[in-house]
Amino acid sequence: MSAPRLSPHARLHYDRRRESWVLLAPERVLVLDDVAYAILRRLDGQHDVARLAAALAEEYDAPASAIAEDVREVLEDLRRKGLVQP
Amino acid sequence: MNVPGPPAIPPPLGLLAELTHRCPLGCPYCSNPVDLERRNAELDTATWQRVLREAAALGVLQLHLSGGEPAARPDLEAITATATEVGLYANLITSGVLLDAARLKALAAAGLPHVQLSIQHADAQAADRIARFRGAHARKLALAEAVHAAGMALTVNAVLHRENVDALEAMIALAERMGATRLEVAHTQYHGWALRNRAALMPDASQVARSRQIVAGAERRLAGRMAIDFVTPDYHASRPKACMGGWGRRFLNVTPSGAVLPCHAAESIPGLSFDRVTERSLEQIWYGSAAFNRFRGTGWMSEPCRSCERRELDWGGCRCQALALTGDAARTDPACALSPDRRRLDEALAVMPAEGFAWRRP
Repeated sequence: MSAPRLSPHARLHYDRRRESWVLLAPERVLVLDDVAYAILRRLDGQHDVARLAAALAEEYDAPASAIAEDVREVLEDLRRKGLVQP
Repeated sequence: MNVPGPPAIPPPLGLLAELTHRCPLGCPYCSNPVDLERRNAELDTATWQRVLREAAALGVLQLHLSGGEPAARPDLEAITATATEVGLYANLITSGVLLDAARLKALAAAGLPHVQLSIQHADAQAADRIARFRGAHARKLALAEAVHAAGMALTVNAVLHRENVDALEAMIALAERMGATRLEVAHTQYHGWALRNRAALMPDASQVARSRQIVAGAERRLAGRMAIDFVTPDYHASRPKACMGGWGRRFLNVTPSGAVLPCHAAESIPGLSFDRVTERSLEQIWYGSAAFNRFRGTGWMSEPCRSCERRELDWGGCRCQALALTGDAARTDPACALSPDRRRLDEALAVMPAEGFAWRRP
């Protein structure tokens, strides 16, 4: 399975005024919840979903299977919006 | 007992920086003011850079570098670099005719992620006639390739009017070939030069209806590949747009000489005075300026807006359009079917069409 990464046009940005992480893209501002941010900050084009989930499971002390489900859901949504590749 | 105060003013999301009013094109649908600001009145590089820092601190996330043609300024790269440095997501809104691949590369190096490129028609000859610039269309196609080569996102923008609305399908196909991931298809908004040319620009009702069908079909066909933002025409609508997402709610606009406006046509409204970035900070202006507070929220509204359940959806529509068509910027936008002034739009439609544009340049 290929390793997801942010689209080259999408940028993670900490919005100090509103005190939250956002994903910026053409004509788009997505306010990220903690889960989405935890996933997106690890996207490097080298770790596939299983390895991402394993790393998150260890950090948050949660079952990897449940986390993998979250990861897939978040990434699929962002793929549809053209913000994550492949 | 707690008396609720006025709702808190949210920080702005977007800044439209009109770096210059100079433009090599002469499109008759231009919504810039008929009296353009002069080059010697333009803000200098350092002032624009300070404005961008103030904008980022104020909460602005998206920056639109616009004009006129922003590439007419030789310091576009320096301004873009500052936007990147302070974390603003920059969008260059360009006609494309002043940019070559080398300059685009420099802009990419300055961190520019997104270019929005206008097209006037799908046919080169017709496009150049509307742009009043020979060879403009070919330069735009070349620029689209350079945008991809530089790794940037491309939005294609097409303003629709009577001379190109029948070529809409071909323009959508052209945007696909140009590799756009977004297409903006906007019916002309009648401000500035466009208002002057209204009779020659206005499509008829069947053309408008057909444009809706074409866009709906293209959206289905292109889902996941190219997103389409369709701006419908006010004159053929029954409800007004939430102009700028509501006055003073999301956007600010800085003119070439530094006036800060709630929308780019706001200077047409008499009796409003606009603060300047050379006199006050952007934060002071956003929260405190009389012009931003004049039509903010719903307190300024009269009927039928005041008691309307849509008053916080469309915010009364467009103030500049209310002014242009009724003489009073505080009235309900006549694009609304509930407006007592609606007949003014219908009267305007009844006298269309006229032939021949008033061109911005001889």
